[in-house]
Amino acid sequence: MSEITEVPESHGEHIVSPKVYALIFLALLVGTAITVGASYIDLGPWNPVIALAIAVTKATLVVLYFMHVKYSSKLMKLTVLSGVFTFLILVGMSLSDYISRAWGQW
Amino acid sequence: MDSHATAHSEAHEHPAHLRHHFMDAAQQKESATFGMWLFLLTEIMFFGGLFTAYLVYRNWYYPAFVAGSHTLDIKLGMFNTLLLITSSFTMAMGVWCSETRRKSGLVWSLIATIILGIGFLGIKTIEYKEKFELHHVPGSSFSAASFVNPPLDAQGKPKDTPLAPDMAIHTEVYFSLYFAMTGMHAVHMILGIAILFALLIKSAKGQYTTGHNTTIELFGLYWHFVDIVWIFLFPLLYLISRH
Repeated sequence: MSEITEVPESHGEHIVSPKVYALIFLALLVGTAITVGASYIDLGPWNPVIALAIAVTKATLVVLYFMHVKYSSKLMKLTVLSGVFTFLILVGMSLSDYISRAWGQW
Repeated sequence: MDSHATAHSEAHEHPAHLRHHFMDAAQQKESATFGMWLFLLTEIMFFGGLFTAYLVYRNWYYPAFVAGSHTLDIKLGMFNTLLLITSSFTMAMGVWCSETRRKSGLVWSLIATIILGIGFLGIKTIEYKEKFELHHVPGSSFSAASFVNPPLDAQGKPKDTPLAPDMAIHTEVYFSLYFAMTGMHAVHMILGIAILFALLIKSAKGQYTTGHNTTIELFGLYWHFVDIVWIFLFPLLYLISRH
C-alpha cells in the first residue's frame, strides 16, 4: 500500500500560499470595517449601493482566492459565472416586474 | 473496496482512491469539484429567492423594514462577521495544510474553524433570545406595540420614529424574513460544523494529508459559500437601513 501515497499528479494544480490567504483575510477585514463605517454616514439612496458594492467585492475575493476559482479550469470559471448570471436573472427580472407594475398602489 | 483497490494498484500504477471510470486523479478531482459547484449553484438560487423576497418587501414596507432593522445590534452583527471571516481563513489554511501534508496543521485549522463557527451560533442565539423577549418573533406572540410606541431614551424622547399601526404590523414581515434568512444560514452552519467534526476525526487519523484531499477542498468550498451568504446578509439586514 505504501507506494500509492505519492502525490496524485494533477495537471497544473495550483497550491494557494498562506501569504495570499492572509492578504485576502486582511482585505475582508478592511472591507467589513469600511462597510460598517459607511453605514454610520448618511448617504441617502447611496447607502445600500455602497454596502452592496463592498459585499460584492468581498464575495468576489472569497470566490477567486479562498475558493480557488482564479486558479481553476475554464469549466469551473464558466460554472461559477453561469451561477451568477442565473442569480442576476432571478433578481433582475423579478424586481423589474415589481417596479413596473401597479405604480403608486403599494 | 480496500482489497479491490490494493489488487488494482498492483496491476496499474495509480493511487488507490482513483475510481475505475476516471482516467486519472486530476480528472476525478475536476469532476468532484464540478459537482460541488453545481450544488453550490442550487444554493445560490435558494438564497437568491430569499434575497429577492427581502428586496421586494423592503420596497413595499420601507418604514417597517427600517424600524425592524434598527432593533438589530450592529456590534453583535459585526463581531459575528469577524468570526465568520476568520473561520473562512482558518478553513483556507486547513486546505493548504492538507495540500502540503501537514497533519497537525490541518487538525488545528479544523478545530479553530469549529470553535469560530460555534462562537457565531452562540452570538446568534443571544440575538434570537432578545427577539423572543421583545415579542419580535413572528407568530401568535408577535407584537408590533414597540414600533407604534417606541421605548423612550434617557431624555424621555422615543428611541426611534413611531410608526402608524397599519405600517407597524408589517414589521412582522421584516422579522419573518430576518428569521428565514439568518435561520437558513444558521442551519447551513450547524450542518457544516457537524461535517467538520467528522473531518476532524478522520484527519486526526491521518486522512487527507496523504495526497488525496478532495474532501477537505470541497468542504472548504461549502464553508466559504456560507461565509459569502453572511457577507450579504450582514449589510442587508443590519446596515443599509440605518438612516
